[in-house]
Amino acid sequence: MSIYLNKDSKIIVQGITGGMGAKHTALMLDSGATIVGGVNARKAGTTVTHKDAQGADVELPVFGTVEEAMKETGANVSVLFVPPAFTKAAAIEAIDAEMPLIVVITEGVPVQDTAEVWSYLQGKSTRMIGPNCPGIITPGESLAGITPHTIAGKGPVGLVSKSGTLTYQMMYELRDFGFSTAIGIGGDPIVGTTHIDALQAFEEDPETKVIVMIGEIGGDAEERAADYIKANITKPVVGYVAGFTAPEGKTMGHAGAIVSGSAGTAAAKQEALEAVGVKVGKTPSATAARAREILEKL
Amino acid sequence: MDLMEYQAKELFAKHGVATTIGVVVETAEEAKAAAEKIGGVTVIKAQVKAGGRGKAGGVKLAKTPDEAFQYATDILNLTIKDLPVNRVLVTPATPPEAEYYFSFLLDRSNRQYLCIASVEGGVEIEEVAKTNPDAVKKIAIDPGQGVDAAKAREIATEAGFPEPVFEQAVTMIEKLYTVFVEEDATLVEVNPLARLAGDKLEALDGKVSLDENASEVRHPDHEAFEIREEADPLEAKAKDLGLNYVKLDGQVGIIGNGAGLVMSTLDVVAYAGEKHGGVKPANFLDIGGGANAQVMANGLDVILNDEQVKSVFVNVFGGITACDEVANGIKGALELLGDKATKPLVVRLDGNAVEAGRAILDELNHPLVTQVDTMDGAADKAAELANV
Repeated sequence: MSIYLNKDSKIIVQGITGGMGAKHTALMLDSGATIVGGVNARKAGTTVTHKDAQGADVELPVFGTVEEAMKETGANVSVLFVPPAFTKAAAIEAIDAEMPLIVVITEGVPVQDTAEVWSYLQGKSTRMIGPNCPGIITPGESLAGITPHTIAGKGPVGLVSKSGTLTYQMMYELRDFGFSTAIGIGGDPIVGTTHIDALQAFEEDPETKVIVMIGEIGGDAEERAADYIKANITKPVVGYVAGFTAPEGKTMGHAGAIVSGSAGTAAAKQEALEAVGVKVGKTPSATAARAREILEKL
Repeated sequence: MDLMEYQAKELFAKHGVATTIGVVVETAEEAKAAAEKIGGVTVIKAQVKAGGRGKAGGVKLAKTPDEAFQYATDILNLTIKDLPVNRVLVTPATPPEAEYYFSFLLDRSNRQYLCIASVEGGVEIEEVAKTNPDAVKKIAIDPGQGVDAAKAREIATEAGFPEPVFEQAVTMIEKLYTVFVEEDATLVEVNPLARLAGDKLEALDGKVSLDENASEVRHPDHEAFEIREEADPLEAKAKDLGLNYVKLDGQVGIIGNGAGLVMSTLDVVAYAGEKHGGVKPANFLDIGGGANAQVMANGLDVILNDEQVKSVFVNVFGGITACDEVANGIKGALELLGDKATKPLVVRLDGNAVEAGRAILDELNHPLVTQVDTMDGAADKAAELANV
C-alpha cells in the first residue's frame, strides 16, 4: 500500500519534449514507473524514445491534448514540467480532462495563477500536488516527479515535506527503514495538497507505521496540521521545522498579521506540534533519530 | 517585493484609484522647492519599506517651505527599523474628516483572496481589530470569481461606507481589485483611506507587495521598482550573478542546494556556533540543482567578498545532481578563484555518487578544504574554524 501513487499508476508527462520533461521522463522510467506518453500540442503525433529500468527502448507517444492522452493510454496521473507562464492553462486542461492526480513540478508559478487553479478545482475530481514541488514517490512502485529513486526503498515511513532537498535528506537518513510514500507538497504560498491531506492519507494507509512531517517558516500550515493531528491521527508523528535562524520576514503591512494571527516562526510551529505530542527534532539528523527510536520498537 | 508608498501610489494612479502622489525627492533643497510648488501646508513623509513611520518621526506637517526644508533634513537623517531614509515624499496636507481602512490580500491559509475593510479608524486598525473585532470586516474573494461591480457594492455595504462616499467607495474597491490582479499583488492596502473635505474619498497612503514570480513571468515593468543603490552590495552582486543570496550578520558563509536544506543548514550552524564563541551563519545561498563549477565559483566569490566571513560551509545533498559534479564544481571554483580563495572551506557531500565526489576532493588535497561526512559534524567544524 501507499498513498496517491502505486504500481498501477499510469503516468503522462505534460511538457515531455522540454529539457526538464525529457530528463525526468528518463529518470522516472529508470525508477520503474509506468510512463505511457506525453502531451505537447505542437508535437502531437510524434514519439519520444527513452530507456526503461531494464535498459530496453521505450517509445512514448506525444498527444495533442490531455484528454486524448487519457483516452488512448488510460493514464491516471499527469506530471507537469510546463514553463511557469503556461502552467495554469496546462493544469486546467488536465482538470477538465478529469485527470485523477496532477503533480505540478514547475517552480516560479505566479501565485494568483495557482489561486485560480485551486478555485477551478473545487468540486472536481482531480487532486493536485504542488506547484514548486519534487513530486511523489512510492519506492519500488512508482515515481511522479523528480525525487531520486535511488535514495531509499520501500518501508514503514510516510514522509510529507514542503522542501525537496530536505525530503531527500530525510529519506537518506532513514534509508535503512524505507518509505511507504514520500511526498513533497511544495513550498509555495498556495499548494494543492497540504500536510493535512497527506497526514490523513498516511493515517488510512495500513503500510505506514510512522509519519515524518517536515515544515518550514511562513504561513500557518504546520499549526493547522498540529490541530489536525490532535483530533485525527493515531500513528506516531515525528516533525522537523527548518528556519529557526532565518531572518524575520519583511513587513507585509497590517493585513498579514491580522489574517494569520501567528507569526509563522519556526519556534511557534515547533511549539504547536510538540503540544499535540509530535516529537520534533532540532536538526534533520536529530529528527531522524527520533523516528528511528520509534521504528526500532515496532 | 514590497513597494514604497510613492511606488504604490503610482500603481494606484495607473489604475484610476483616487490618490495624490505628490513629489518624491532625495534632498532637503528639493523638498523645499516641492513645498513651494505645491503651496500651503505640506506633509513630508519618509519613504522606506517599513511600517511605523509616523511613530519614528518620519512624517511631519510643514507649514512653510522653510519648515519643509528643516523637516526633510531631519527625516533624511533618520534610520527607521534599520533602514536609512534616502527619499521623502512631499504631498499637500489634506486633513481627513474620517479615516477608513481597506485591503485586498492573498489568504494563503484558505487558498483564496481576502478583503479587509473597516470604517472605524484607519491607521489604528490593529488596535481596532483587538478592541472591536466586529468593526473589521473580512470578506472572502473567490479567485475564480473576482470582484465585479456587484461584488464591490456588496463589499462596500458590508463594510458600511456611509452614504456621502458610498458610490466612490464602490468605484475605488473595483479599481483596487484591478490593481491587485492586474499587477499580480499579494497585498494592496490603503491605510488611511481618507474622507476629505467635500466628501472626497482618497487613498492617502498605500502599501503594495508584488508577487515576484509573476513579475518575472509577465511584468517586466516591475523591475523599475527595484532601487538598486539601496540593496546590500553583496546581495546586488549575487543578483547580477543569478544567485539566490541573502546577507546575514555572521561569520560562517553558507552554500547549499535547495532552499529547505540551506535554511536547515543555517539552523545547524547557529546551534554549532553556541559551542564556538557564538559564531553565526553569514548568509543564505541556494545554488539550486545544477552546482557546476561556474555557479560554485560565483557563489564562493560572493561569500569570500563578505569581510565578516571567517569560514565557509558547503553543504550539498546530491539528489538529481551527482556529488562528483559538485566536487568538480568546487575544484573548478578554487582554480577560477586562485589567490582570491583565502578562507577555509568545510565540505559535506552526501547522496548520489558520494564516493566519487569525496574521492575527487581527497585527490585535490587543497589546503583550504576539509571534508566532513555528516551535516552536524561539518557545521561544527565550520563554526570552530570561524571562531578566531
